[in-house]
Amino acid sequence: MFEATPLNRRNARVELVVKLLFLLMTVVLVLPVLTILSILLVKGTPALSWEFLTTMPEKGMTAGGILPPLLGTVWLVAGSVVATVPLGVAAAIYLSEYAPDNWFTRIINLAIVNLAGVPSIVHALFGLGAFVLFFGFGTSILAASLTLGVMNLPVVIVATREALQSVPRAFREACWSLGATRWQTIREVVLPNSFSGILTGVILTVSRAAGETAPIMFTGAVFYSPFLPQGIFDETMAMALHLFVIATQVPGVPEAVPFAVALVLITMVLAMNALAIALRVHLRGKKKW
Amino acid sequence: MVSPGPSHPVPVEGAGGRGRTSVRPVQGPPKLEVRDLWLGYGSRTVLRQVSLSVRENEILGIIGPANGGKTSFLRALNRMNELTPGMWVRGQILLDGEDISRLPNVYSLRRRIGVVFPLPVGLPLSIYDNVALAPRLAGIRSKAKLDEIVERCLVRAALWDEVKDRLHALGSLLSGGQQQRLTIARALSQDPELLLLDEFSIAVDPVTTMRIEDVLKELKREITIVLVTNLVQQARRLADRTAFFLNGEVVEIGETEALFQGKVEDPRTLEYLEGKFG
Amino acid sequence: MPPEMDGNSSTYGLEGKGAALRGPEGASRRYGRDWAWWQDKLVASVVFVGGVSAIVFVLGIFAFVTREGLGFILHTMDVREFFGSIAWRPTSLIRPTYGALALIVGTAFVTGLAMVFSVPFSLGAAIFIGEFAKGRVRETLKILVELLAAVPSVVWGFIGMTVMNEFLIRTFGVPVGLNAMNAGLILGLMAAPIMTTIAEDALKAVPDGYREAAEAMGATRWQVVWRVVLPAAKNGLLGAVLLGVGRAFGETMAVLMASGHSIHLPTSPFDSVRALTATIAAELGETAVGSDHYRALFTLGILLFVVTFFINLAADLVVRGVRGGR
Repeated sequence: MFEATPLNRRNARVELVVKLLFLLMTVVLVLPVLTILSILLVKGTPALSWEFLTTMPEKGMTAGGILPPLLGTVWLVAGSVVATVPLGVAAAIYLSEYAPDNWFTRIINLAIVNLAGVPSIVHALFGLGAFVLFFGFGTSILAASLTLGVMNLPVVIVATREALQSVPRAFREACWSLGATRWQTIREVVLPNSFSGILTGVILTVSRAAGETAPIMFTGAVFYSPFLPQGIFDETMAMALHLFVIATQVPGVPEAVPFAVALVLITMVLAMNALAIALRVHLRGKKKW
Repeated sequence: MVSPGPSHPVPVEGAGGRGRTSVRPVQGPPKLEVRDLWLGYGSRTVLRQVSLSVRENEILGIIGPANGGKTSFLRALNRMNELTPGMWVRGQILLDGEDISRLPNVYSLRRRIGVVFPLPVGLPLSIYDNVALAPRLAGIRSKAKLDEIVERCLVRAALWDEVKDRLHALGSLLSGGQQQRLTIARALSQDPELLLLDEFSIAVDPVTTMRIEDVLKELKREITIVLVTNLVQQARRLADRTAFFLNGEVVEIGETEALFQGKVEDPRTLEYLEGKFG
Repeated sequence: MPPEMDGNSSTYGLEGKGAALRGPEGASRRYGRDWAWWQDKLVASVVFVGGVSAIVFVLGIFAFVTREGLGFILHTMDVREFFGSIAWRPTSLIRPTYGALALIVGTAFVTGLAMVFSVPFSLGAAIFIGEFAKGRVRETLKILVELLAAVPSVVWGFIGMTVMNEFLIRTFGVPVGLNAMNAGLILGLMAAPIMTTIAEDALKAVPDGYREAAEAMGATRWQVVWRVVLPAAKNGLLGAVLLGVGRAFGETMAVLMASGHSIHLPTSPFDSVRALTATIAAELGETAVGSDHYRALFTLGILLFVVTFFINLAADLVVRGVRGGR
């Protein structure tokens, strides 16, 4: 017969306490997300309406809607995706499929890690110095999108590389042994089987681009513009910057309005993330090997 | 020298001709010749000083205990070493008298060499596309032609009857044994001149193994086969000549029947054939 | 088996490859470079450009930020003043001074506070998610951590200004809730997801064999984690913390909005402070391109770039130990 010794009992007690402690820590960490969401919902919903989303701001942004920043964010995000995705996917294909294991590849990997760690405000300085001034794009959607694009490049590269690496090496070897070139192998076997993973990475990029403020502050987004952007050389308002502006710079904004703007912004971002998560779950349920 | 042995080749079962010219090759130029091959991974040497040749239309059996360098040897034959991080190869490999390391287009080399891996790899494509992939990459577009190739190769690999009604199901979701036969069908789909088989029977049941062995005997009339096997009896059934790899060296290479009749030069070969180790 | 028994494909494999092609003279022609070969080379070059772009951008960021800031460093900057004085008065008409000490201390103070809050909880969460939680609970927690990472920095800043501000005033009875404490809490939450994720990766990288061996000897889960898993994963955990530090250090909008933004050497967590990043964000819009003030802000950018570069380099070096080269 097995009988619990005092030591066993003590161990079991410690185990339970430790487990509960770590659970508590995890909950403390994730609870704020839920709290924030509920607060934004409660305080922001009263100001929310279809009209709010589809009309121009009025009276120095203390009244009216948020159409220009909403559209502006769509422009900026679309621009940054167009700029980043081809380059990022190419870089990931290079690193996953072509790069030899040498010092140069290690430098590229190091560069990606560092690019991901550059503070967003430094990206803003770079965008201002390079795209706005040096290349002469001016403060424009183009300059801001490119700045966001550079910032998101490592995200796309890392997510795409992970998706490519999830395709087993045995498939590549089988394909190579048939006389397929590396590119034929990528095209026929690797890309079709990592497409959803890459798409997940792209969606996360979109979500991140939509929420960024600092990189667009001095490169293309403006506090206020009475016009909707007509092309990539126009300046534009943007949701994230608009929240900053009405929360800190404009007196007399009704209390619910910034909450509503924050609510719309976070809904956009979380909807993207939810989409990415759903895609991943769907992917896991549909194993092809 | 322990055994004097006959200096002339011992006739091989099933290959002799009854009223017909033997399909055994004359001693012409070898199909494949390996000269002083060394290979390894990083600082580890896996094969030392291997020299052997494979004649046109023969099956060369390669036997020996695990980790003897047999699989690495096959990898070097179609230059897969170039795609394996850290793997290096020194020495010469001649295919039809041509040094394969000097070929400008390595892919055309691999197109002429079919490979079957020990663990089955059904690509995550349909069964049809698994087999049609190589012909398509080689530029065959005609549906009728592809249909014909797919059917012929699947029949050859003894898989056709089981899958003919679901050619568009995923090849990677077949059972292990079926995937292995799919792999063989795929290797045949590129019309190889040289077929490399690496312990193909590991994942296949005995009945299917026998059927595939029959196919190989038949294929031998048209192509050259290198068969790595962990079953010495399989080598005896199929191989014209057999090489014994041990710890990265070729201990012995000779006519299969002679080896099995005990006419060996190195006592270790006999010990292995008698199952004393491995 | 009689050799005649060969089914319907007596010429298997040889149609179209005439005997002439089998000789050595024909061989060279067969191995020529074809369209597929060139296509592969072309793709290899194109994707190589993508790979190199990462290096180009890192160098480009350094080059362009330096290009704008260098004039200040060479001509205007007084190193002793920059690192030793708290007098950041770039707009003074009489005598502008550029003492960045308070900004540096402010950033360090807020980052330090953030880490004090965040490191234990992040590592605790990583241990819970990686070693204790199972199945659906684990998946849910991972998703929540991911959502935490997704909240935009300006929304965090807004939360700091509103919710956290009130919370601090009510809880600690301080007159103003926009201070180092506020920014530290917000930054702690922002840095937590990356630390949790990387730390969990580090735990996952510890081979299961270690755990099984310890469990076979009758160790409880916690004993396994404490005595086997954590020591084996310590490099990865350190890397996770360093990445968290880098994240908090470089954060801009949240600090700008939550820290109070006043130039001040803090003596208590409830003092308002000002961060390097926030200073650039707040002042750059009001400077003239090419002015001393403008160049001074770029110089702060160089400082930020260099420090985060080394933090990330260090993190990469310690993490690589567990996660392998690629």
